[in-house]
Amino acid sequence: MSEPAHRPTTRAALSSGSDRVFQVLILALASVIVLVFVLSVYQLGREAWPALHTFGWHFFTGRTWNPVEGKFGAASMIAGTLVTSLAALVISVPLAVASALFVAEYAPKWLANPVGYLIELLAAVPSVVYGLWALFVIAPVLGRWQTAYFLDPANVPTLTRCNQLWAEGQTSLQCFFVPSGAGGRGLALAVIILTVMILPYTASVARDVIRLVPADQREAMYALGATKWEVISRAILPYARAGILGGVILALGRALGETLAVAMVIGDSQEILKSLWGNASTVASVIANQFGDAQETLHRSSVVALGLSLFALSVIVNFAARLIIARLTPKGLQ
Amino acid sequence: MKKSFLLGLTLMTAVGTAAAQTNLTGAGASFPFPLYSKMFAEYKKATGVDVNYQAVGSGAGQKQITERTVDFAGSDNPMSDEALKAAPAKLLHLPTAIGAVVPAYNLPGVTVPLKFTGRVLADIYLGKITTWNDKALAALNPGVTLPPLPIMVARRSDGSGTTYVFSDYLSKVSSEWKSRVGVGNSLQWPTGTGAKGNDGVAGIVKSTPGALGYVELVYARQNRLPFGSVQNRAGKFVLADNGPASAAAQGVVIPADTRVSLTNSANADAYPITSFTYVIFYQDQKYGNRTEAQAKALKALLGWMTTTGQGYNEALDYARLPANVASKARGILNTMTYGGKKL
Amino acid sequence: MMRAAAVTSARPAARLSPVRRVKNLLMGALILLATLLVVAPLILIFVYLLREGLGALNLDFFTRTPAPEGEAGGGLLNAIAGSLEMLAMASVIGVLVGVAGGIFLAEYPRHPLMPTVRMLSDVLAGIPAIVMGLVAYSLIVLRFGFSGLAGALALGFLMIPIVVRTTEEVLKLVPLSVREAGLSLGLPQWVVILNIVLPAAAGGIVTGVMLALARVAGEAAPLLFTAFGNSSVNLDPTRPMSALPLEIYRGATSAYDENQRLAKAGALLLITLIFLTSLLARRASRVKR
Repeated sequence: MSEPAHRPTTRAALSSGSDRVFQVLILALASVIVLVFVLSVYQLGREAWPALHTFGWHFFTGRTWNPVEGKFGAASMIAGTLVTSLAALVISVPLAVASALFVAEYAPKWLANPVGYLIELLAAVPSVVYGLWALFVIAPVLGRWQTAYFLDPANVPTLTRCNQLWAEGQTSLQCFFVPSGAGGRGLALAVIILTVMILPYTASVARDVIRLVPADQREAMYALGATKWEVISRAILPYARAGILGGVILALGRALGETLAVAMVIGDSQEILKSLWGNASTVASVIANQFGDAQETLHRSSVVALGLSLFALSVIVNFAARLIIARLTPKGLQ
Repeated sequence: MKKSFLLGLTLMTAVGTAAAQTNLTGAGASFPFPLYSKMFAEYKKATGVDVNYQAVGSGAGQKQITERTVDFAGSDNPMSDEALKAAPAKLLHLPTAIGAVVPAYNLPGVTVPLKFTGRVLADIYLGKITTWNDKALAALNPGVTLPPLPIMVARRSDGSGTTYVFSDYLSKVSSEWKSRVGVGNSLQWPTGTGAKGNDGVAGIVKSTPGALGYVELVYARQNRLPFGSVQNRAGKFVLADNGPASAAAQGVVIPADTRVSLTNSANADAYPITSFTYVIFYQDQKYGNRTEAQAKALKALLGWMTTTGQGYNEALDYARLPANVASKARGILNTMTYGGKKL
Repeated sequence: MMRAAAVTSARPAARLSPVRRVKNLLMGALILLATLLVVAPLILIFVYLLREGLGALNLDFFTRTPAPEGEAGGGLLNAIAGSLEMLAMASVIGVLVGVAGGIFLAEYPRHPLMPTVRMLSDVLAGIPAIVMGLVAYSLIVLRFGFSGLAGALALGFLMIPIVVRTTEEVLKLVPLSVREAGLSLGLPQWVVILNIVLPAAAGGIVTGVMLALARVAGEAAPLLFTAFGNSSVNLDPTRPMSALPLEIYRGATSAYDENQRLAKAGALLLITLIFLTSLLARRASRVKR
């Protein structure tokens, strides 16, 4: 069905001439896509070169990001990107799959459509609006809890101990969960807002895949007397697993590149992470914060190198997602 | 549908270019933004010239003027000799106001202005003093009940002249700050939550109990944030205001290009974290596709800002340029050229 | 699923052990709860913006530009005008290149460049918007300064892959017989594509364009270093322009009540327009199928 029109061999020479013109025109316009890609790689590569050349692999492993001394290592923001994205994934996947199950398996049609639509609209909310909401609504709630924690005398010994550890640049499992600031901003808030932002991506792919599970799969199990949950857990989810995984990876791609909502709430610190509630930064948030003013060649080049890394990372993640969706899902989704 | 779309687009373009005769784009410091946005609004009323100023930070201003993407930059710290050398042509600095950077805080229940020393501020921003009831702060503020809240340190995430001025001051009073962090538009911060612009730092302070941030005086005043007094070189605790800010410039030798630091002034009445804020632009205005009319418009604007425009400074908590600086400013403007020809 | 429910109720309930029954109910409840959690943010955000922003959506909001910092009053006319104009310019790029790309992928599947274009289009779809801003900065801004055109180009690049994908998909839905009928009449292929296939797929393509518009209308990241922002209304595409997402970003991180008020009202306006656009797009696609 994807096979297009065959060229009849009896076509007049005249029309084949005009066809060629049309094809060239279409090809020229379509080549803009290639051009955009090539130009992007070229520009980013050229501008990132001084930093990558100077620091080599240390650019990715170095922990110092010091514009005063001109030393740039991106380890802390790479870690920030990975931690926020993966944490958001871990929280969002069960919720997203559950909502997909609700829409595809539980809800009657009059409810399934609007709920499905609402979930899709979540993906349409702009990043800055999520950031605004996080700052004005969620941050104060977290901040109040943090302030209460600090003012409670019972927590003083823990805080004293953790403060000492943090001052030495270390942390412990307990201290990792102890609040280190009272503003509500920081890594935790970034994870929360990222979770909300990537939910719809997994959810809508999962819903589509679940709907494609053949009806006889379900009916066979119902006929054996299985409960709804048993049908879901033993027939539907195993069948849809690969497709859902594709959706999860797509969501990961979104999370990795998410910029302003994260930049607005994460607190921008290039220190090594010591507390879940502490300030951190991600690759994308540092680009947003520093590209505009990075003057010295190395600083600027390092920021562009971050952009290039993000570019490469998103290409890889997208390929992986498409590969998985294409290879592993039952026929019909594509 | 598409046709009318395109038609509309062409029309808009036509209207746009017709009106594009006199307008200027500037970018940079957020420190003088309340003043500049007022000045430019008034200037537009008076002359019809549209000035678009984006408060993206002094660092961004310096970068953008170097890359010639804007007509002028705003910056609170003069550009370094290396940065000037890296620019494609000679840049001029023109001071437009004197401003003070204040430690603004959000401490429910504390009503009197707190006292700070440079050392204590440095220790807070180094992460060594972490709670409000720390001994050092308590010793400076006898009689004030300081809560056991952690100090939520707010600072800039963008390259900032305010950061430069603040770190310049801390480097003068704390050797540890000087060796560990240093002076700059962008720093490797030992601690703190970053926000964009003076506005962003003020935003954190306003919304967070326990927060402390450094902002230009007007941001604290307009947003009704309490701010502390800072001990100056003579040992006096001074609360920022126009008088103490002006005093910081008194007795300082102003070089011909006006690039000078006013922090930690020796004047006994001076507020110690004070700075000029500058407009930076090219001496020769003929570059890119700039017209002579644009060059003249820029010169007229800058002339207005350093004369008539000064009338807006004090109401917005910036000190006026002292007479000796104002006359230097006129001299600098008179060296502007267009293709080698005097403007 | 109605069918499934019918089967469930027809099944003798007595055969279920209590453990299985409780587990079934519990999981059902959890799934319902999770769905509520997923939908809640959307409703919370919208209600919050309605409560906080609706009051500020007055005549001034649509007819004035922001007041000097610290003064009351003012609106976001600069941002509304900038957003509209940049989106219009971006659509020109997005539609031209996107539809052409879709035609190329669907109608010339044996062209040697086809796999490359398909792959790169997919790759572009996943590139973070901020990276596109960096590219547009070094391509255009460094040469010509900040401009609405640079912003529109960054947005247009982001639209391309979305339009390509939907165009390709709907073109493939047009039955082969339609094409063959045209070609057998002796019409050249381009006439068949432009006059027969494309009109048949128009609804789907419009949907794709609208979805792409809804997606990029809220982007601020690629505009930070391109359109830059403008405190006055500017329609000249060669000069800096403001946009709603840029003003929301500025206002949301501001200490000034006035800026925050404008940001909330701007967010309400933007989100409503985006929701309406996606709703219309959904409508258009449903009518077609």
